[in-house]
Amino acid sequence: MSNRLSGNEAVAYAMKQINPDVMGAFPITPSTEIPEYFAQYVADGEVNTEYVTVESEHSSMSVCIAAQAAGARTVSATSSCGLALMYELLYVAASCRLPIVLACVNRALSGPININNDYSDSMGARDSGWIQIYAENNQEAYDNFLMAMPIGETPEVRLPVMSCMDGFITSHAVENIELLDTDTVRKFIGEYHPENYLLKRENPLAVGPYDVSAYYMEHKVLEAEAMKVAKSRILEVAAEFERISGRHYGLLEEYRMEDARLALVIIGSSAGTAKAAVDKLREDGVKAGLVKIRVFRPFPGEELARALAGTRAVAVMDKSEGFSANGGPLFAETRSALYDLQERPYLIDIVYGLGGRDVKTEDIEKVFGRLTDIAVTGEVGPVYTHMGQRSKEDNA
Amino acid sequence: MSTVYNLKREVEKPVRLTGGHRLCAGCGAGIVVAGVLRALDEEDRAVVVNATSCLEVSTFIYPYTAYMDSYIHSAFENSAATCSGVEAAYNALKRRGKVEGTVKFITFAGDGGTYDIGFQSLSGAMERGHDMVYVCYDNEAYMNTGIQRSSSTPSFARTTTTPVGSVQQGKKQNKKDLTEILVAHNIPYVAQAAPLGNFKDLHTKSYKAIYTEGPCFLNILSPCPRGWDYPMARLAEITKLAVDTCVWPLYEVEEGVWRLTYKPKKKLPVEDFLRPQGRFRHMFQPGNEWMIAEAQAYVDQKWERLLEHTGA
Repeated sequence: MSNRLSGNEAVAYAMKQINPDVMGAFPITPSTEIPEYFAQYVADGEVNTEYVTVESEHSSMSVCIAAQAAGARTVSATSSCGLALMYELLYVAASCRLPIVLACVNRALSGPININNDYSDSMGARDSGWIQIYAENNQEAYDNFLMAMPIGETPEVRLPVMSCMDGFITSHAVENIELLDTDTVRKFIGEYHPENYLLKRENPLAVGPYDVSAYYMEHKVLEAEAMKVAKSRILEVAAEFERISGRHYGLLEEYRMEDARLALVIIGSSAGTAKAAVDKLREDGVKAGLVKIRVFRPFPGEELARALAGTRAVAVMDKSEGFSANGGPLFAETRSALYDLQERPYLIDIVYGLGGRDVKTEDIEKVFGRLTDIAVTGEVGPVYTHMGQRSKEDNA
Repeated sequence: MSTVYNLKREVEKPVRLTGGHRLCAGCGAGIVVAGVLRALDEEDRAVVVNATSCLEVSTFIYPYTAYMDSYIHSAFENSAATCSGVEAAYNALKRRGKVEGTVKFITFAGDGGTYDIGFQSLSGAMERGHDMVYVCYDNEAYMNTGIQRSSSTPSFARTTTTPVGSVQQGKKQNKKDLTEILVAHNIPYVAQAAPLGNFKDLHTKSYKAIYTEGPCFLNILSPCPRGWDYPMARLAEITKLAVDTCVWPLYEVEEGVWRLTYKPKKKLPVEDFLRPQGRFRHMFQPGNEWMIAEAQAYVDQKWERLLEHTGA
């Protein structure tokens, strides 16, 4: 069925269809609408979830961890500083191997305080052991959220999943999207049957030990192995999802990459803008393409290298500053992924869109202009630059 | 529960905190935890929640747990929220027919994890009204990290962050009255207790807390031989002195009604409690008599107020 929904409402609707056991809820812009919509479902008896309105994001993640360990299926939603307040517990959730699903509505981190979109929040959590999937638009936000549980709950994976969408751009903009009927969703998600949990009568369980150096490393290796398994599981779930929805998903999306010589690597809603720019450039005869990273954790390094193998020049578009003085987080992953290629494309990193700074098709065309110059001259110029900011002269 | 408390019968129940954990000899925490859990009816299950603490690192070292019941530790500052989550899961799964039987939810945290870093989480959980018991085993400092002051540390006490020096001597501030703050949450049951004598006080209050519906809070004095600097064999004596000097009065507030549960026949001077403990040694140096006088005045003032509240 077709519907007009904002990204937040689409995700809240997915939650309603799932009818999770427990939700930890705390408001923060721009994800606030998700717990709001869900509260209405609770108030109207459309779900019978235990809806825990906590006093902070730290407690909302704590509630999710404990409830999931107790045997419940749990969800939450947050953004920006809310995710930052959860950081300590994100690691706890992953190390306890609890497949919590968190809607992360990406917003810039303070400071200065800013409510608009970039990925500084979730990129900071990239090493926490969570699977991270990014949506380009409302449809993907809905679809990704539905796929999260079957991925995370797989016994060989058992990792939490962060289902990300762009704050305001995706979360608040209303688009036509296709919804699945609830029966189909419930069949697709299935029942949650963890092997061990706190409330299991016949076998009490202890969770969260003091793990001495004689054991800690083994536990971390198991977590790392689970993340590797997640890669193939994400594709299996995507295939199952395609059967019920007709919509295809991979670890990444290649757009007009068959014969592309110039390419972008990009995440989220900006990919939509960039696709329009690619189309225009293609009309002008430029062999442009893009690779949209859908799954950032586990990182599809081999797949990305294959996708970029035939290109001459590539711009990595980072919507978060890593302050490494050596490029953003997506750039670091991409450059690492390309290392094993026999013939590597020229590579630059462009940090853009911080704190909601707008990016237009013309901006993307300019990036391709730079790539054209690099491809022709072989002169890369500055590898790591920022785009869209006023110059010092403008500020004066 | 039988109406008459009988220690012999209680200790014949199967233990829920087994021996072999690694808490220090002379530590109050193990006694407190075993005492609280002993109040559970034998047929009832529990999920024990624990903040990061001495207790946690001494009772659940992978791959060994000292608890016969299910147990979860997540972090330092979130044990109340963690307990909320387990209770929420229980409600949800029970509603959906996936869990049967009575399960009780009991959180243990030290004073650092309760008065300080876990205070927000505790206040939130109490306000939301989860059916749980939160037990603070109060040893009046951050003992797990090596005896640093907390807001529970009493004035003048020496800790590693309130050392005794030539210009400053011990902690400058009074102990936060957390029990009263919890009373102000208007929850069904709040009590201040101590592992004393035949443990009747601890047992009775634990039973009430566990079997009263809604959020209940126990603040239980838990002396620490390392931090308080007393010979470990004197644990019971130090506990008794805390109560008989009215430094740690025993009382409960049930549905808003205050009740003194123990009134010393003879209120001992506060220095009787201070003297056996190394953390207060400097208070007995010549010239520091004012410290003892101030400590006494503070205890007297708090005690008078408590008598007013309880009408005792």
